[in-house]
Amino acid sequence: HIIWICDLKTCRPNNADLVLPSRAPRKHVLPFIEGMNGVPHRGKVLTVDNMNPNVKRVEYAVRGPIVQRAVQIEKELKEGVKKPFTEVIKANIGDAHAMGQKPITFLRQVLALCSYPELLNDNKFPEDAKNRAQRILQACGGHSIGAYSASQGIECIRQDVSRYIEKRDGGIPSNPDNIFLSAGASDAITTMLKLQVSGEGRNRTGVMIPIPQYPLYSAALADLGGIQINYYLDEDRCWALDVTELRRAVTAARQHCNPRVLCIINPGNPTGQVQSRQCIEDVIRFAKEEHLFLMADEVYQDNVYAEGCKFHSFKKVLFEMGPEYSSTVEMASFHSTSKCYMGECGFRGGYMEVINLDPEVKAQLIKLVSVRLCPPVTGQALLDLVVNPPQPDEPSYTTFIKERTAVLAALAEKARLTEEVFNTVPGIRCNPVQGAMYTFPCITLPQKAISQAKEKGLAPDMFYCMKLLEEMGICLVPGSGFGQREGTHHFRMTILPPTEKLKIMLDKIREFHQKFTQEFS
Amino acid sequence: DRHGAAAGLTQGWHLSHTTRQNIRNSELAPLGMRAWQIKDELRQGARKPYKELIDVSSADPHRAGVKPLSFVRQVLAVCYYPQLAKSDKLPADVRQRAQRLLGTCAGGSAGSYCPAGGIPEIIDIVCEFISRRDDGVPSYPENIFITSGAQRAFVEILNILVNTLRSPITGVLTPCPSYPPGNMAVVMLGGAVVPYYLDEEQGWELKIDELHRALESAKGVCDPTVLYVINPGNPTGHVQSRKSIEEVIRFASEKRLFLMVDEVYQDSVFEQESRFVSYKKVLAEMGPPLSHTVEMASFHSVSKGFIGECGLRGGYVELVNVDPSVMRNLYTLMSRDASTTTGQLALDLMINPPQPGDPSYPLTAITLHISDLRVLEVLNSLPGISCQPVKGGGYALPRLHLPPGAIQKAKEVGMLPDYFYCSRLLEETELCVGAGSENGQRESTYHIRYRQSSDEVLRRLTSFHIQFMKDFS
Repeated sequence: HIIWICDLKTCRPNNADLVLPSRAPRKHVLPFIEGMNGVPHRGKVLTVDNMNPNVKRVEYAVRGPIVQRAVQIEKELKEGVKKPFTEVIKANIGDAHAMGQKPITFLRQVLALCSYPELLNDNKFPEDAKNRAQRILQACGGHSIGAYSASQGIECIRQDVSRYIEKRDGGIPSNPDNIFLSAGASDAITTMLKLQVSGEGRNRTGVMIPIPQYPLYSAALADLGGIQINYYLDEDRCWALDVTELRRAVTAARQHCNPRVLCIINPGNPTGQVQSRQCIEDVIRFAKEEHLFLMADEVYQDNVYAEGCKFHSFKKVLFEMGPEYSSTVEMASFHSTSKCYMGECGFRGGYMEVINLDPEVKAQLIKLVSVRLCPPVTGQALLDLVVNPPQPDEPSYTTFIKERTAVLAALAEKARLTEEVFNTVPGIRCNPVQGAMYTFPCITLPQKAISQAKEKGLAPDMFYCMKLLEEMGICLVPGSGFGQREGTHHFRMTILPPTEKLKIMLDKIREFHQKFTQEFS
Repeated sequence: DRHGAAAGLTQGWHLSHTTRQNIRNSELAPLGMRAWQIKDELRQGARKPYKELIDVSSADPHRAGVKPLSFVRQVLAVCYYPQLAKSDKLPADVRQRAQRLLGTCAGGSAGSYCPAGGIPEIIDIVCEFISRRDDGVPSYPENIFITSGAQRAFVEILNILVNTLRSPITGVLTPCPSYPPGNMAVVMLGGAVVPYYLDEEQGWELKIDELHRALESAKGVCDPTVLYVINPGNPTGHVQSRKSIEEVIRFASEKRLFLMVDEVYQDSVFEQESRFVSYKKVLAEMGPPLSHTVEMASFHSVSKGFIGECGLRGGYVELVNVDPSVMRNLYTLMSRDASTTTGQLALDLMINPPQPGDPSYPLTAITLHISDLRVLEVLNSLPGISCQPVKGGGYALPRLHLPPGAIQKAKEVGMLPDYFYCSRLLEETELCVGAGSENGQRESTYHIRYRQSSDEVLRRLTSFHIQFMKDFS
């Protein structure tokens, strides 16, 4: 037997399936004994061949290989390695605070008070913040945010969420029993998909997702062994959702699976389109006709920038379509504290509201969420503040509104700027960023580049983005990570860096694109 | 057909007797919910035998009234609202720690996403902690994942292990009594729970013979691949000896089982003779080939121990000897959903507390009451109730020797006998304890489960118990 003692710095996994220059961080194990020809002399209990095969199919581009390479480059920069740039701009992930956006004062004051209630005696904190904190603490076990909460979430916070939804939707009633607090929207989305994926063979659950999509959906479906049904958004019409396309997708899918779920992201990620009210009505009608469960991912509901665009909640539209729809269409809508003006990704606050869910299924849902015990209580507390912000007659109101408006205005301006700059670059075509936090421009790549990418076993836009990272220190996510029409290429860039840095970034990408086009002509 | 998906989930639940019991119980009349109700009734002025509800059914210390550690909460407050660092009101070490922790967060904010796998600086501290705890056995950052609570990591690793596309399905040897969410996770993922019974008469020891028996019982039913161990035991309070741990490791190696070791109560060991020793340390000290081959995941959390911050959701898993390709897949799985930054910060505070010389030293730890030994003496002196010595963990798990009359009455009202006992106890004394059937127990044995606590708990329990035994004899 050959004994290979692992050198911690250079240890490489033995498998030759590394396609990209760098994948996951190198995993170090206690020194292992290896037989001749590289075959472990004692087979592992857990191998890629006997593990859950669904896991192999899971990918999540937002934190995928390109990001791992970016982290590596940052390390190299720190170690003094010379590069054509001095920092890596990570425009891959929708993390506002990481890009310098400031938290909202009121939210953080209340969280501090909840964390260390002795501060309630400190007169530097405004009364409304103290009242909110006291109310939240009263609702916690032992009056502490460190106690487990009920799995569905703290009851008075669910009530507050209901009130928020009613206010937002012009008075349409919301029942707190239909509210499930969650660790970010991702947690709730994954839970609902888990609940719905079942069946064998041709009867296996199919889930319709937009292309391009936020890759949480494809990852969850891969993990659950659900069937992914792609419906394409129309790039030429600003990523519009077309019911004809929905119908095409579901009809084709019925040949090989059992379509049961339709996922909508509004405002869209990565595409940023904001659905018109008419479109939402059409989708609801379609869902009813095709007997589909609607999942409405509305985490960007406050991030609407374009003139003439407005956020319409699926629930509101559903109920305004009358009882024929509102009492039959089954739906879950999702919201979160990670986006909008708060950008508090790290707190993992979120909720879903379920509509017309079969009572037996709801009972199963309640059981299912109890397996993960409870959502982080600090996230629940934060959500409570988001749905219950300072009112005009309260001391924190002025500052709160000022901060909120500033954040949203900055995002709107950056959305406009991004579209403007990208559309000056020959070979980059950028749709208006109507909402959310991203731009997803279409890039024209020379045939030579496409061929070279294929030789390396890379998607062409991955090849492009890798080069951009190595040469300019800008980290984007290739469109292939989100899905796109065959033969088209894109990248997703966040509009979150501060305006000055964003301008620099846009200029660098313009420069890079021109260079790239020339290099591969 | 609408029920299809849910039916699939329901079918999954019915795979094991133990789990069926668990679910049935939770569907009956949740004691916890009734306890909340009574609390409300008392608040509204209802007249009851006692003025205050005591809920010791869960090992959640804060819910039971234990105060959080000031240092932890002060640091978190400053992390959330850094303006607090400007004043001198908070100790210097609090402000310094908060500054250091914020420096590890992207954009200097506790509101940004954590990197996949966890904040690297905190992972390094976890490695140092583990190594220190294990007298120098090295720990590598790439084998650590920080998650929102140990449960999250537990589920994700089970997710990799449980292969539902194979036949027979994956089996997981689990202790009985056990930690219900652990069993629920197995079933939820489509695995089979294979119970091995802990030996009550021997202080809830884990007997290798019983592991063999359990493995045998799985033949033809499922394919056991995982051995799930909880040490210190939950809810049993048993602390495994080094010898016992070695036996389990040898068994796992022999039978080719992946070890999943829940060690969240490692800081809750208080019997003089018992000492916690980690599975990793024992494995390392057993030397090759075992130390190089036995595959293992061990879990820790901020929910228990001396900080008891269940609601903050912080924990980690350390993998040992796992195939590198599998690790890559695990990394992708873990990257899909960020864990809460608060939990990671709390983890740092737990494993790296103030040292002698720091202003906040010493922390007033959440101590376990030594009077609990007296509690056990008292209980053991009463007819119809007995209790094994509690060496650690979060609970006492006394056994009820119920008279046939009580069992009969329970059947009549459609409750499991220990559940019936707990329900009566709650209504008559406003003391809420857990029913042993939630955790699983040998057929026809009954237990109650309560967080070790005060004289008042003992008083109410004793007076109720004596009366109950009289009523049903």
